[in-house]
Amino acid sequence: MPRRRFPEWLVLLLPAFIVIAAVVLIPLIFSLYSSFTPYKLTRPSTLWRWVGTYNYEKILTDAKFWAAFGRTVLFLTIALNLELILGLGIALMVNKVTWGQRTLRTILMFPMMFSPILVGFQFKFIFNDNIGLVNNVLQSLGSNTALPWLVDGKLAMFSILFAEIWMSTSVFAILILAGLFAMPRDPLEAAKVDGCTAWQTFRHITLPFLMPFIFIAMTIRSLDVARAYDIVQIMTGGGPARRTELLWTLMSRTGYVDARMGLANAMGYVSIILSILFTIYFFRKLSAARAELGMAG
Amino acid sequence: MTEVTLSNVVKNYGAHRAVHGIDLDIQHGEFVVLVGPSGCGKSTTLRMIAGLEAISGGDVSIGGRIVNDLPPRERNISMVFQNYALYPHMTVRENLGFSLAIKKKAPEEIIAAVDEAAAILGLDELMDRKPAELSGGQRQRVAMGRAIVRHPDVFLFDEPLSNLDAKLRTQMRVEIKKLHQKVGNTIIYVTHDQVEAMTLADRIVLMQDGHIVQVGTPLELFDKPVNTFVATFIGSPPMNLIDGIVRGDNAVELHAPSSGGLHGGLTIPLPSTARGRVSDGQAIKFGFRADNLMPMGHAVEEGGERTELDLPVTLTEPLGTETLLFTEVAGTEVQAKMYNPRPVRPGETLKFQLMLDKCHIFDAATSNAIRG
Repeated sequence: MPRRRFPEWLVLLLPAFIVIAAVVLIPLIFSLYSSFTPYKLTRPSTLWRWVGTYNYEKILTDAKFWAAFGRTVLFLTIALNLELILGLGIALMVNKVTWGQRTLRTILMFPMMFSPILVGFQFKFIFNDNIGLVNNVLQSLGSNTALPWLVDGKLAMFSILFAEIWMSTSVFAILILAGLFAMPRDPLEAAKVDGCTAWQTFRHITLPFLMPFIFIAMTIRSLDVARAYDIVQIMTGGGPARRTELLWTLMSRTGYVDARMGLANAMGYVSIILSILFTIYFFRKLSAARAELGMAG
Repeated sequence: MTEVTLSNVVKNYGAHRAVHGIDLDIQHGEFVVLVGPSGCGKSTTLRMIAGLEAISGGDVSIGGRIVNDLPPRERNISMVFQNYALYPHMTVRENLGFSLAIKKKAPEEIIAAVDEAAAILGLDELMDRKPAELSGGQRQRVAMGRAIVRHPDVFLFDEPLSNLDAKLRTQMRVEIKKLHQKVGNTIIYVTHDQVEAMTLADRIVLMQDGHIVQVGTPLELFDKPVNTFVATFIGSPPMNLIDGIVRGDNAVELHAPSSGGLHGGLTIPLPSTARGRVSDGQAIKFGFRADNLMPMGHAVEEGGERTELDLPVTLTEPLGTETLLFTEVAGTEVQAKMYNPRPVRPGETLKFQLMLDKCHIFDAATSNAIRG
């Protein structure tokens, strides 16, 4: 009996196909499908009830969802901009250091080495209104009130942002520093001879050269921040009273606490748009900045 | 008037001294080339004049003003770099106008200056391109254009042609010389290539190990090298040098370097220019250029001091109008030249004429020239 043989290319590619299907494709299709059902984790049979776009319609008219969406965009905007400014400043200063620069670079990476959960706990302690470091310092400086750092909506957002920026500014600093190391020295010297002050050299020569590096950092960090969950969950849990609710805390609450997985998946698909938009935006900017420098692509 | 004066200029890198107190006066409108092997301190000297390196000692003055502590932008100089150093994100037009734009000059003034520079260097077609879209020679022209738009007091060139291929280098060399004739500014030019130095310079400054060895016109350095370093650095092929010992008043015995003069070498007459300046038994280096050792009957003008030698040819290098002949004199390989080339077989022995009045005698101990 002649054995049926698969073509060689298929046999060679098959393991890859199987792995990708198992870890990416099937979960993706499953989650997309379940977003069209009223799937509840506690009642598995609901998985087989098709409700069409009901979940999506519900989300689009849900004020809580859009509040979380808007808050996430705001959070992202503030975090990215501050991290950029601080990271740029740090990178420029570290670049000037001539002695002990390697050590400094290593120290710079320390915040990235902590688990975000631990960072969350640490700042939860620092900002605690009774025993926290910040309030203790304020009170020993003569303030009589205990500021509700993690309770007041605005202060709580500030505290979370502070923790996020503390943890991730070094991403910008390291990438921009890499850019500064890669920068050719000649145009800087030419600019000096051409009559530039230090600020003009930075503004007209250094910064345009760094833009591709900045946009790479922006792309990475925008994806990172758009899925911010751990720090928020630990510090405030999205509360109090949803004052610090971001997309992912809302989704995890809907999916795992309320067990409405179908709805949570639908939220996931809507909020992915945010990440896609940011990625497209920064990639366009990246290509433009590279074209500006005469690099390929 | 913008003379550039260096007096006792020193540069230290930590404990290492790169430039050892050099003195140099450069006249207004002069084209001066600093030349020397790599690591001789020529680029460091140029960068000190530009203000890109701090001066460890001495004074640099431009137009009578001491500029030691002034930043580059206050020295009214412009510089052309080896790697062109164009601003990659700007078009040619923006590159040219940048120095004027940051000085907040009026737009009409910038356009006029940029157009003038573009016309001088033939850049009109390239104005809207980015540096990445230009060839090496075009980039170099833009770099020069960027230097001239500002009408600086002094142009500094730091090995501007080293990144170009041989043909383009020759072409750009001519353009630089034409540029100097057109704008007439003081130019200080650094190169390691003696051909560039010879062809471009009004005056050559030859440096070695952070010292100035000789300053002079190209022909002065070529015809009257102060020591064996200058003799072998300037001119192509380099000057032939053979060890020798003075015998009596009017003879010199040439010998191979290893023999130490013990075995009888080749004895030839001592050139009359050296007579009375050397003593019997003095160790010398006997130098002559390839042009001064020619086969009989090959464009050697009549008269002058001559001596005839029968030498075997080991190798030939035909160059078209002339042919280099490799041969051996007293165990030392030397190069001779032949005009009106004809085929020469390796191993063939020819009768050569050595023009004694064009030969150079150097003291073997100090390497310095012995000359009237």
